Amino acid sequence: MTGSIAAIGAGLAAIGAGLGIGRIGGSAMEGMARQPEAANKIQTAMLIAAAFVEAVSLFAVVVALLGNG
Amino acid sequence: MSRITTRFSTRNVLLSSLFALAFLVVNTRAIAQHETKHEHSTGAEHIKAEVEHLDSTIVEEAEHIGEAAIGHHETKEEKFNTSEVIMEHIADGHDWHLWGHTSIHLPVILYTDKGIEMFSSGKFNHGHDAYIGTHHTYKLEHDKVKVLIADGQIDEAASASVLDFSITKNVASMMVSMVFLCLIFFSVASSYKKRGIGAPKGLQSWLEPIIIFVRDEIARPNLGEKYAKFMPYLLTVFFFIWMNNVLGLVPFFPGGANVTGNIAVTLVLALATFIITILNGTKTYWSHVFTPHVPLWLYPLMIPVEIIGLFTKPFALMIRLFANITAGHILVLSLVCLIFIFKSMAVATVSVPFVVFISVIEMLVAFIQAFIFTILSALYIGMALEKPSEDAHH
Repeated sequence: MTGSIAAIGAGLAAIGAGLGIGRIGGSAMEGMARQPEAANKIQTAMLIAAAFVEAVSLFAVVVALLGNG
Repeated sequence: MSRITTRFSTRNVLLSSLFALAFLVVNTRAIAQHETKHEHSTGAEHIKAEVEHLDSTIVEEAEHIGEAAIGHHETKEEKFNTSEVIMEHIADGHDWHLWGHTSIHLPVILYTDKGIEMFSSGKFNHGHDAYIGTHHTYKLEHDKVKVLIADGQIDEAASASVLDFSITKNVASMMVSMVFLCLIFFSVASSYKKRGIGAPKGLQSWLEPIIIFVRDEIARPNLGEKYAKFMPYLLTVFFFIWMNNVLGLVPFFPGGANVTGNIAVTLVLALATFIITILNGTKTYWSHVFTPHVPLWLYPLMIPVEIIGLFTKPFALMIRLFANITAGHILVLSLVCLIFIFKSMAVATVSVPFVVFISVIEMLVAFIQAFIFTILSALYIGMALEKPSEDAHH
């Protein structure tokens, strides 16, 4: 039972991270298309922002793993 | 430009060995002990005999089957326990599995209340046998050394007083990666010494762009003109994490351990960043923490928040690296496990290409995580270096 709930939690975390990172990636693409010369800077900033988004969902995954026991 | 490479590379290597030492300390695991004494000739002689055994002896094993290793699945177990197999593979261990029934038995070093005890983990026979040491009887329980009482029961109560300083799989793997780093960096450093500053050659031309990348993309934008002081640390964490990430992806012997996916390792790395941040904090940085620019009545709320904020940053660094690398390992292992879940070789035609695909992505992740850890460390240190002149604008 707890295992299934943990799996649902992990799935929800994946949805959140997917939405967040998708938005970051999409906006970065747009930015790069508009200003190809700024691509390097955008890429770095994108990775950092993605890392922050990812961290939150990874917290959730770790909690789900612990809950799975 | 290239002089920077020469100057930092040796220090870089030294710092990484420091990390390993720190890890050894963190890796102590509470294990059990008990009161019964076992008769043995002289303790010193016994230990000497053990030390001879201790050097990782490669042993061909008899018919004994490891509890859940993938290759051994077909024998008797009716139900294939996926999570057990995966957890065993990503966890730290006292044996380093090579192939089939062959593994390296790494030394077990225990600090007990009665003295240090050293013996080969081969004595445990993959957790099947108990080992009668000089001071206690030991047995592996879920890859943790436990002390047995006379009747074969585990003495949990005394667990806290025996510390496990063993060279585990993770420690051994970290030593391997340090040897690699040493070889690479000392050879590059010496070729800079020999050839001076000029067009790089051989290994130099592989390393120099990466070091320049760390300097120009990570250190300078975040740390300002004081970047040189922190370059040794940033290069160390970058190459240490990267090397261990990549070694973790190698499925056979020199790799295969889950070093950066071990929370103790990432804890030490994050702790290093935390300590550097704290030590380099300027007056302005601390004034943001203890006298934030908010109305006075908000202070009871804001100061605790700011203090918690000091700790959440390294905490997030720790969790991010740990969870990313562990998730990658779990992903690859689950895909391999599909073959055993369906009990059919045909599944391999799907799952093996998928494993290759994920492994290629993980190569990218290995680099990105090293980069993210380093750039966030630089960012946090850069925040601590804040100067008062900027403060006037707010």
